[in-house]
Amino acid sequence: MTATIARTLDEACAALADRPHAVVLAGGTDLMVEANRGGRDMEDVVVVDRIPELRGWAQHGGSLRIGACTTCAEIGDGELASLVPALAQAARTVGSPQIRNAATIGGNLGTASPAGDTLPVLAALDAEVEVRSASASRMLPLHDFVIGPKATALEPGELIAAVHLPVTDGPQEFLKVGVRNAMVISVASLALVVDRPGRNVRIALGSVGPVPIRAVEAEVLAAERIDWSGNGILDSEVVERVCELVADAARPIDDHRGTIAYRRHAVDVLARRSLRRALASEEERNGL
Amino acid sequence: MSGVDAIVDVEVGRVGMDAPASRIGDDAPRPDGVPKVTGDFAFSSDLWHDRMLWGGTLRSPHPSAVIRHLDVGPALALAGVYAALTHEDVPGSSTYGLERADQPVLADGVVRYEGEPVAIVAADHPATARRALDAIVVEYEPIEALVNSELAEASEPIHPDGNVFRRIHLRHGDQTVVGRSDLVSVEGIYEVGMQDQAFLGPESGMAVPDGDGGVDLHVATQWLHADRDQVAACLGLPSDRVRLSLAGVGGAFGAREDLSLHVHLCLLALRTGRPVKMSYSREESFHGHVHRHPARMWYRHYANSVGDLVRVEAHLLFDGGAYASTSSAVLANATCFSTGPYRVPSAEVEGVAVRTNNPPCGAMRGFGAVQTCFAHEAQMDLLADALGMDPVALRRRNALATGDVLITGQRVTGSLPVVEVLDACAGHPSAAVRPEEPMARPGGAGRTADADHVVRGEAVALGFKNLMFSEGFDDSSEARCEIRDGVVTITSACAEVGQGFVTLVRQIVGEVLGTSEVVLEPASTVGIGSAGSTSASRQTWMSGGAVQLACEAARSDLLTRIAGDYEVPADDLSLVDGQVTGLPDGYSPSLTEATGEPVVASVVHRHAPTVPLDSDGQGDAHVSFAVSAHRAIVDVDPDLGLVRVVELTTAQDVGRILNPRQAVGQLEGGAAQGVGLAVMEEVQVEGGRIRNASFTDYLIPTALDMPPVEIAALVEQPEPGAPFGAKGIGESPTISSTPAVVGAIRSATGLALPRVPVRPEDIALADRDPVKSSPEVAA
Amino acid sequence: MASEPLNLSVNGRPHRVVDALPGESLLFVLRERLGLAGSKNACEEGECGSCTVRVDGRLVCSCLVLAAATDGSEVTTIEGLGSDSSGAGLADVQQAFLDAGAVQCGFCTPGLLMAVDQLLDDDPAPDDLTVREAISGNLCRCTGYGRILEAVDLAAARRGSSDDSQ
Repeated sequence: MTATIARTLDEACAALADRPHAVVLAGGTDLMVEANRGGRDMEDVVVVDRIPELRGWAQHGGSLRIGACTTCAEIGDGELASLVPALAQAARTVGSPQIRNAATIGGNLGTASPAGDTLPVLAALDAEVEVRSASASRMLPLHDFVIGPKATALEPGELIAAVHLPVTDGPQEFLKVGVRNAMVISVASLALVVDRPGRNVRIALGSVGPVPIRAVEAEVLAAERIDWSGNGILDSEVVERVCELVADAARPIDDHRGTIAYRRHAVDVLARRSLRRALASEEERNGL
Repeated sequence: MSGVDAIVDVEVGRVGMDAPASRIGDDAPRPDGVPKVTGDFAFSSDLWHDRMLWGGTLRSPHPSAVIRHLDVGPALALAGVYAALTHEDVPGSSTYGLERADQPVLADGVVRYEGEPVAIVAADHPATARRALDAIVVEYEPIEALVNSELAEASEPIHPDGNVFRRIHLRHGDQTVVGRSDLVSVEGIYEVGMQDQAFLGPESGMAVPDGDGGVDLHVATQWLHADRDQVAACLGLPSDRVRLSLAGVGGAFGAREDLSLHVHLCLLALRTGRPVKMSYSREESFHGHVHRHPARMWYRHYANSVGDLVRVEAHLLFDGGAYASTSSAVLANATCFSTGPYRVPSAEVEGVAVRTNNPPCGAMRGFGAVQTCFAHEAQMDLLADALGMDPVALRRRNALATGDVLITGQRVTGSLPVVEVLDACAGHPSAAVRPEEPMARPGGAGRTADADHVVRGEAVALGFKNLMFSEGFDDSSEARCEIRDGVVTITSACAEVGQGFVTLVRQIVGEVLGTSEVVLEPASTVGIGSAGSTSASRQTWMSGGAVQLACEAARSDLLTRIAGDYEVPADDLSLVDGQVTGLPDGYSPSLTEATGEPVVASVVHRHAPTVPLDSDGQGDAHVSFAVSAHRAIVDVDPDLGLVRVVELTTAQDVGRILNPRQAVGQLEGGAAQGVGLAVMEEVQVEGGRIRNASFTDYLIPTALDMPPVEIAALVEQPEPGAPFGAKGIGESPTISSTPAVVGAIRSATGLALPRVPVRPEDIALADRDPVKSSPEVAA
Repeated sequence: MASEPLNLSVNGRPHRVVDALPGESLLFVLRERLGLAGSKNACEEGECGSCTVRVDGRLVCSCLVLAAATDGSEVTTIEGLGSDSSGAGLADVQQAFLDAGAVQCGFCTPGLLMAVDQLLDDDPAPDDLTVREAISGNLCRCTGYGRILEAVDLAAARRGSSDDSQ
């Protein structure tokens, strides 16, 4: 039995080079659930949540690097929240206050659950995952990193060091449907990012497919039809079509949390609401 | 350290002895409150012994299978494993059960539900026990599971006792009114999903062998003596060789009325000669106790044109799952109270409880009345609509009162303030406002709704249930009161499960004997008879009554003795504030002085007798009745089908309030369980398998889901025959809250919503034409 | 196979755990190895909050903390919540729970007290919605939360008035 509490990134990478199949443990909020059930062997663990390089965030020009062990509580609050409001909102819907104090963005990525709350936002922002090992460092776009339900492209000996994402100029939304008002696994979620200077719209869906899904056709249509030079409003017929395309993009399953039909319907509704919040005129917004 | 470490800490009665005497009606504090807030209170899962082993249970993964081969040898071969037992190791009765012994202690060749215990182990660590369970070899031959309750009666028996637990065919009044053309009728089919009690403290306990072939079992339970008798029978021991003590109970709500790990622990302790502790995981807990019965219910109500109920017809199908548990009594309650607190001169109700390969169902707060209340209150709203009447006015017009006759033919002789609770609740001003914060709208933290996505609805519902056991059950509670050197020691086997009996004891002693010097002995089966179950809203009446009578008897004995000593009439003497008064020359000895020679009185308290229902479901089967009203205000996001309960208002028939603060706690807590059933709580069973056996997926309300509960009135009409006139108050809040919430969702959406819990898709994907989606309305 | 010795401080007292098995949670070590059973085991998946403790000042579910990962950490449990440094005497939140009738079966109580204590440290005068969110990770099955919310109000008011008097 070995549990290495790594103090530096190099130390963690060295431990993983020695023991490439060791469990990399950050906040523990997913792994320990499995361990408590007897479903996860914890004989060999590398604990990474005390590594300074993996904690906190930094802005470099228009880009953010968020350390893998930054907690959901930290992402949901403060200056970071104002830079990536959709990510902050997603982080605020994760579990309970206790869970958000422990759960990390790297853990959310590593677990790669279809219901991972931050993943749709990271998908919408074309985030890249910084992966490190003793011998190398590589950057993987989110869609190359999350390759299936609870499956990632991490190789033995690798760990998630950080996630990189752009700071965009424009509204961002994250909406999540759960059967309870708090502390609930998402039945469907949607992230919307409007990049005004880039004149593009990005929509990503959670819990309605094996991995976060980008609604590309919907994005293209919305970006084409927004009056970028005017007030940025999308007319209602286009909104209808965009929402249809969002629903079409979903690939939901039936499970104990929701049905295919409901999930498809829900992302349609979430798309409509997020577009209205993001693109509504000043007067409309005041009425919400 | 030796002995069971934590148990000696549980002397809840000894806390707070310097406090002033609590009286009936006070906001008396819980005597176990301090240890509960400091973390010192020992719950059953906190028990510890320096030589203890950890028990584990191997459960069937199949809802229905034959066991072709079972070999615990590989488990026994592991280091740290001390015992691995199967049905062959059960020395006494191989089955147990509250109503009938039809449930195997360990499966013998066949399993009838997913999670049925097959083998048990004892090991040096929970992880070792888990490995041992994994090592046991079982070959199952799955057979087709009977999971559709509607097919149960016609299917091949899945148990030697057959597939029908009970059928009640209740017929009351004139059965010929059906053809009358002047009546308005409404009809509906309703469904209640399987609810879990979801107490927080998992099933757990510790068995300690006494070295002499007997065993001491420390366990969280609702009924020590019934457990003891079942355990002793399975162990093949006389009941005095099996001693049960109440370990700290982390909630119960019906789920601890049946045995769970009791016999298993004792078997392992007796086999290994060592203390054995077992504590279920949450997933195991979902498989390890009975649930609330899922029900399908067809109803037709007939009324005349001015809104007088003329007749109700109903068919109730309750799925009892694989074993009997309390299905027969649940069905009796469902049937007897199927029409609610209304005058119904003619009724025909057929109730059937069947056996299936679904998880076993039994007691849960409300006990059969919850299911039918959801249906009869939906029917009353439908009827009001069909008649063009205000739903509150319709209820008021038909409200039962003292002197009326129930559909069982029983005349109500006690208090029954139906109109009073209805008027108080419906007339109470609402404090609900429109929330500004998105998080306070439906969808909560997901921030899915803007203000204009939300519609508001409101509805009122009434609930009706019996108090205490029914149908001729010999329901008793024993208590002993000893006064020595001024200290009153009360002994009762009543299980404190959180409801506050321990508080009430101090209040009763204070009221009767005028002292705060009270010790409540730990509840056990040793040296005292049964207190009956902490269920059926019965302990305040039964065990509270027993304590009251024992205290009164001890007081009477004491005063008689003193009167004899001083040669004065006993009637001249009284006990006031811990002093004996009425003696000559103003002499007034303290209770301490007066009880240097102790007085002891024991009492077995029984309520008025009842009789079983006859073949027409008629008879004076019940002791007493209680009614409650809830008004719910809900916000609904119809497009997403999400609901936020904004406010609950309640009024309840309480007889008399013994402790206002504890009473409010019961009303709020019971309502929360009703809210849960209305909008989120369901054990989802598919093909006999539970799909959501965890708190991740079996959702109960959080603080963001539970609205404020406004208490419009605690209607105090003392109940004749009840101690201090008090009625049990624990169950009513769970009964009428669910239909009120769903009624409010209906009023917001116009949907029929015939099933609870109401799921988001039931609203969001519903046919928006309310005429099509409503149950049939025939005028 | 036992793991390496684990050194941690609980409620200001150093502890050395020598015989923990791999994968044991902090909750298990507190309850079964250190005899601190005040933190409760109701779900062991972070959904109920009954096991809430502070680890290095952060409020977390101890069931989801790998014990081995807490080497060198300072842990505060319900047993250390009392009004003086030894944990004796009732803390204001504990007294408020008693006074408001917020305790029934009591199984959720230790975890809730830890959450409420943290909340009032962070925000001495929280509004209703803030309180509800702060305790949304602590399930209670007995009370329906009404008396608990009242207890939080009571404790906040008392903290406020005792701060004023200083």
